[in-house]
Amino acid sequence: MAAPKGNDGEDAILFDPILHSGVRFYITVGVLLAVIAAALCTYIYQLRQGLGVTGMDRPVMWGIFIINFVFFIGISHAGTLISAILRLCNAEWRRAITRSAEVITVLVLFIGMSNIIIDLGRPDRVLYVIQHGHLRSPLLWDVISVTMYLTASSIYLYLPLIPDIALIRERTTKRAWLYRILALGWRGTERQHRWLNVAIAIMAVLVIPIAVSVHTVVSWVFGMTIQPMWHSTIFGPYFVVGAIFSGIAALIIAMAALRWAYHLENYLREIHFNNLGILLLVMTLLWFYFTFAEHLTTYYGSDPSHMAVFRAKVTGPYAPYFWTMVVCCFIIPLPILAFHRTRTVKGTVIASFAVIVGMWLERFTIVVPTLVNPRLPYPRGVYHPTWVEGVLTAGCFAAFILLYVIFSKLFPIISVWEIREGREKGFDEAVERIKGYLPATGEATT
Amino acid sequence: MPRWGMVIDLDKCTGCQACTVACKVENNVPCVEPEQAARGRVISWMEVLTTVEGEYPNLRVRYMPRPCFQCDNPPCTKVCPVRATYRNPEGLVAQIYPRCIGCRYCTNNCPYTVKYFNWYRPEWPPEMENYLSPDVCIRPKGVVEKCTFCHHRLQRAKEDARAEGRELREGDYVPACVQSCPSAAMYFGDLDNPSSTVTRLTQNSRAFRLMEELGTEPKVYYLREGEWYGGAKG
Repeated sequence: MAAPKGNDGEDAILFDPILHSGVRFYITVGVLLAVIAAALCTYIYQLRQGLGVTGMDRPVMWGIFIINFVFFIGISHAGTLISAILRLCNAEWRRAITRSAEVITVLVLFIGMSNIIIDLGRPDRVLYVIQHGHLRSPLLWDVISVTMYLTASSIYLYLPLIPDIALIRERTTKRAWLYRILALGWRGTERQHRWLNVAIAIMAVLVIPIAVSVHTVVSWVFGMTIQPMWHSTIFGPYFVVGAIFSGIAALIIAMAALRWAYHLENYLREIHFNNLGILLLVMTLLWFYFTFAEHLTTYYGSDPSHMAVFRAKVTGPYAPYFWTMVVCCFIIPLPILAFHRTRTVKGTVIASFAVIVGMWLERFTIVVPTLVNPRLPYPRGVYHPTWVEGVLTAGCFAAFILLYVIFSKLFPIISVWEIREGREKGFDEAVERIKGYLPATGEATT
Repeated sequence: MPRWGMVIDLDKCTGCQACTVACKVENNVPCVEPEQAARGRVISWMEVLTTVEGEYPNLRVRYMPRPCFQCDNPPCTKVCPVRATYRNPEGLVAQIYPRCIGCRYCTNNCPYTVKYFNWYRPEWPPEMENYLSPDVCIRPKGVVEKCTFCHHRLQRAKEDARAEGRELREGDYVPACVQSCPSAAMYFGDLDNPSSTVTRLTQNSRAFRLMEELGTEPKVYYLREGEWYGGAKG
């Protein structure tokens, strides 16, 4: 098994980012660190002054931070969920993309949770949710399900990583201790492979219901209140669909970036973008269906308190946000993704950027217009985010990108052993499977 | 156990804001600078809601003092992740400031928007700082607060009654807003006592509660403005 150094043949490029770092890498890290440092200073300023430095007020008690929380937790559905579904379906094209997807999940969950802590008036008391936890509160359901999701998806990321860590262990002396510990004595025996596949399969099954529960519970933070246009039974599935939608878009962008930065054109091929593009197309249509159903129901119900929010969104002060969202989530991606000719790398990336912007705006138009129009319409706030929220949001994105870059420099961002397994066993398995779909030949016909 | 409630006669309310001021002084509610006030950062446990109806010159202004309604089925307490707000056995919706993590979920689930957040460290002009009430704690920045029906007055009334070896009588405990109302538009007492003034007034045909249809069971009743309105022009 122990291949000599540098004798990886065609897969050598997958180890390249781990073994060598160019100037471009250090510049990227430098820029990201600068943004993160600015965000840290801003957070310290906010801690010392109080949340008054943000644009929040009464009645708009939640703003960008909660929007970011919902948005990032949504992005997290890119990875583990999609990877688990593709693994369980035996989709052969998954092999090159599962790792890069799973990493997004784990990292982005941290960013999402940080946004909750940034939003707290008293972050020093955050552990009270364990000490004095009140199970009737949907926020506590969030704590529970996000923690479960983080645990499960970390394990699910780590398991398929073990054989690859063993491969790096044999190739470099850099950080040898790290790879030795993390490889858990992997030798690549038949027995180890069998157990690994069992473990991965169990985690893949487990992680799907947890992933669905996470965004359902996030939606229930809003759905369980009695506020107009939050109190809606559709919110659970609506949020899950939106989460997968934005998640796939994030995955496509991440894959395109990796492909460009590490020259992985031969691994992340047009067909991967095409297939993910089809998935994104399905989610575009589902998203439109849910959005349409939700707003039409509200409009026909004509409850005055709901209508105040509805008008604020559709024709009022938040109409620019709402209609930009519709353009970004539906009108731009639909034609690009519908045609095979435009479902290219460039096409899907453009559609994905639009979806990311649109889905962030969707979270905005869910959180803010309701708070601006409370049932008792005396305090009517406005919400203008300040620079504090802007810098902290930029810091969140920078932190995510930095962690992602660092991960890709420590571990292969494409699962090497799964690619090799595909080469060795995939063909025969696929042929066998196709044979299984067709009517039996041979004995029956003779 | 009494169930404390309030009745506000809108016919008698002149919109003078004495209740608002009394509440601020009684409960050490911080002062907010005008620039912050314009941004919606005022804290005012008691607020006189004002509606202007009609068009000039046929204008009519309505006032509605709004404390916390101390709901019997409060939406805010359900969602608190740390039990920092809860309904106590006497029906008062309490806030535990040292436990509140400042997530503001309760403020968002109050349909009456009666909860306030401390955006900054509370501040008073230096002259006022020496006159803060010793009975009410000062809230730190980053926690939620709201009207407590002057709960500290209930504690003191109970202690006085115990010292005198008697039961609590009607009138022993009234919040500062009720006490200060110059036109005596506000009444306070035990809603479970059939002979109390408030119970009698809640049976008045003018009595209503705000957004009763939400099932929150508020313990603040209003008495609708009387017959004279509507008949006369303007």
